[in-house]
Amino acid sequence: MALKLENVTKRFGSFTAVDNLSIEIPEREMFGFLGANGAGKTTTFRMILGLLDTSDGRIHWDGKKINYENSHMIGYLPEERGLYPKMKVRDQLVYLARLRGMQKQDILKQVDYWLDRFKVPEYATKKVEELSKGNQQKIQFIASVIHMPKLLILDEPFSGLDPVNVELLKEAVVDLKNAGTSIVFSSHRMEHVEELCEHLCIMHHGKPVVHGSLKEIKRSFGKKNVIVHADFDISHLKTLAGVTKVKETAEGLNLQVESEAISQKILESIAGKGFVRKFVLEEPSLNDIFIEKVGASYE
Amino acid sequence: MNKFWIILFHTYISKLKTKSFIITTLITALIVFGLANIQTIIETFDKDETKHVAVLTESDELYQAFEQTLAPMASDIVIEKMDDTEERAMEQVTAEEISGYLILKETSEGLPEGVYKAPSITDSGITSQLEQALQQLKVTIATTKAGLTSEQIDELYAPVQFSKVALEEHAKSEEELSQARGLVYVLLFVIYFAVIMYANMIAMEVATEKSSRVMEILISSVSPTKQMFGKILGIALLSLTQFAVILAVGYGSLKQRMSGMEGGFFEVFGFGDLPVSTFVYAGIFFILGYFLYATLAAFLGSLVSRIEDVQQMITPMTLLIVAAFMIAMFGLTKPESSFITITSYIPFFAPMIMFLRVGMLTLPIWEISLAIGLLVLTITLLAIFGARVYRGGVLMYGKSSSFKDIKKALQIK
Repeated sequence: MALKLENVTKRFGSFTAVDNLSIEIPEREMFGFLGANGAGKTTTFRMILGLLDTSDGRIHWDGKKINYENSHMIGYLPEERGLYPKMKVRDQLVYLARLRGMQKQDILKQVDYWLDRFKVPEYATKKVEELSKGNQQKIQFIASVIHMPKLLILDEPFSGLDPVNVELLKEAVVDLKNAGTSIVFSSHRMEHVEELCEHLCIMHHGKPVVHGSLKEIKRSFGKKNVIVHADFDISHLKTLAGVTKVKETAEGLNLQVESEAISQKILESIAGKGFVRKFVLEEPSLNDIFIEKVGASYE
Repeated sequence: MNKFWIILFHTYISKLKTKSFIITTLITALIVFGLANIQTIIETFDKDETKHVAVLTESDELYQAFEQTLAPMASDIVIEKMDDTEERAMEQVTAEEISGYLILKETSEGLPEGVYKAPSITDSGITSQLEQALQQLKVTIATTKAGLTSEQIDELYAPVQFSKVALEEHAKSEEELSQARGLVYVLLFVIYFAVIMYANMIAMEVATEKSSRVMEILISSVSPTKQMFGKILGIALLSLTQFAVILAVGYGSLKQRMSGMEGGFFEVFGFGDLPVSTFVYAGIFFILGYFLYATLAAFLGSLVSRIEDVQQMITPMTLLIVAAFMIAMFGLTKPESSFITITSYIPFFAPMIMFLRVGMLTLPIWEISLAIGLLVLTITLLAIFGARVYRGGVLMYGKSSSFKDIKKALQIK
């Protein structure tokens, strides 16, 4: 079941939060939805969930509008974490899952399954406020996937987690995707998006500035990265024609070049001058593309 | 199960289990039990509280006359003539052998006068009884001096015959009115506290969900309107549970003491014969008042982002309830004034003031129906409006929390 956004626009008074956004997310696919703070991501999610009406355009999922009739097939992990601080983990999950239309017997089984999977079975009878931020995050994640949604919106799912736990949650997300869930994934951690998403969209001031498959986006970006580490002075490379960005590191230079051809000129200009310990030609990272397109410094 | 019922019972059961609910219910039940048994309690404490007062006087005649006057008036005061000095009396007071001492003298006109001395004069019971007895003695002496016979004196002091008769057929008699006043007074307090407490609870509940951001998940699975009404009804159920407990305790202990109730505290407060209709109206007006203010509280609570701002936001609402209560208190003494009549139709005041009128006066049924009708209409309008504010309010986060936000919340769709 695919999710389709067609020319979606949302205005609050004179302010346009989302401007003519069209995306399609097929079944069994994870879609990266990126953008700086205030780019209109949360507003878009709220429109997808039916909490806000669109000012223009249409959103439909499998041909239908999303509303409270089919909310049992939707999972949502909001960016701002929220659980009842005074409630015990199991009670909390039971309550939230019942509101997603599950039966109590099934919920209890699933709660045990997920708590075991995330290696925290002992938290079932603890109050949420007694848990660390990362562990609260796991509970929140369980709350959004316990009913095996067909459409899952994850807004910053990995924030506040250590690398081991990030892997645990990532595996769970990939399993859900393989089981047929369409996932909209928003993160400020570009490496997560590069790793998990085939398609993505970068929002800037409510407009999609980059949109397409990850490979195509990288290819059409054109620019490449060159890393040079050498034992002699290579500072003349900074001013070489075709070098668009320079970052000095402890061991040498990271250069952004206009095209692959420039890299060969760099290679020529340092060949035979001394000992070159490292010379690498790289695809641009999503991070580079994001910074270039959004123009803001990030993490 | 329908999601509305899930929310309703979740709210009800989770609140029922809180310590604060259990404690307030227990304390209130205890107070009700205490009030119901107040006579027994007072009697237990006062059992051997006979007060000894020494009387210093030079005239035996005066002492005897005073003793005779006092004896039928105050059974718990025992006086003793003391022929010693004042210093000796003071010693006895210090030793707590006597409560205090009275110095009786005769003025030049042959009339009695007295000074009462005690460590503290807070026990107005003793002093007023002594004063009364002395007053009576003085009158007796003065009138005897004037040459009046005791028949003439009795005639002089017999109270005038005066009684009031209401001409309206169903109007309450003076006695009934003062009884109704006591009951209405107590029930007004109950309505007042309950409405404030439960409306507050609703606002806090909504604000807690919003500030802890659980709201974001809740609204993605259940519509805000269902949530709002689920909560309001859940808390309503909670309040009814509390009342059931308190009423059961109150009724039980009253029943038990039915026989020993004449002439005491309950007669004064009009509990002698409990008028069922007053209780029924109290129930109706409490429920309506609760729904009115709970709806108001729910949407006001939906506008704040932090729990600390809740009180500030609902203060105007609380003041409205306080105002209604104040007017009702004023109305207890003048239930028929036109000010009370007019305010009893204003929906925000009606739950208390119309109840006051219903409880104290005999009203035509259309007046009651009109007030209830207006109240129900207002609740309906407020619920529709409140649900719209709530829907936008729960999505709004910001540092400001003012009434301007209502407009903003209405625009979010």
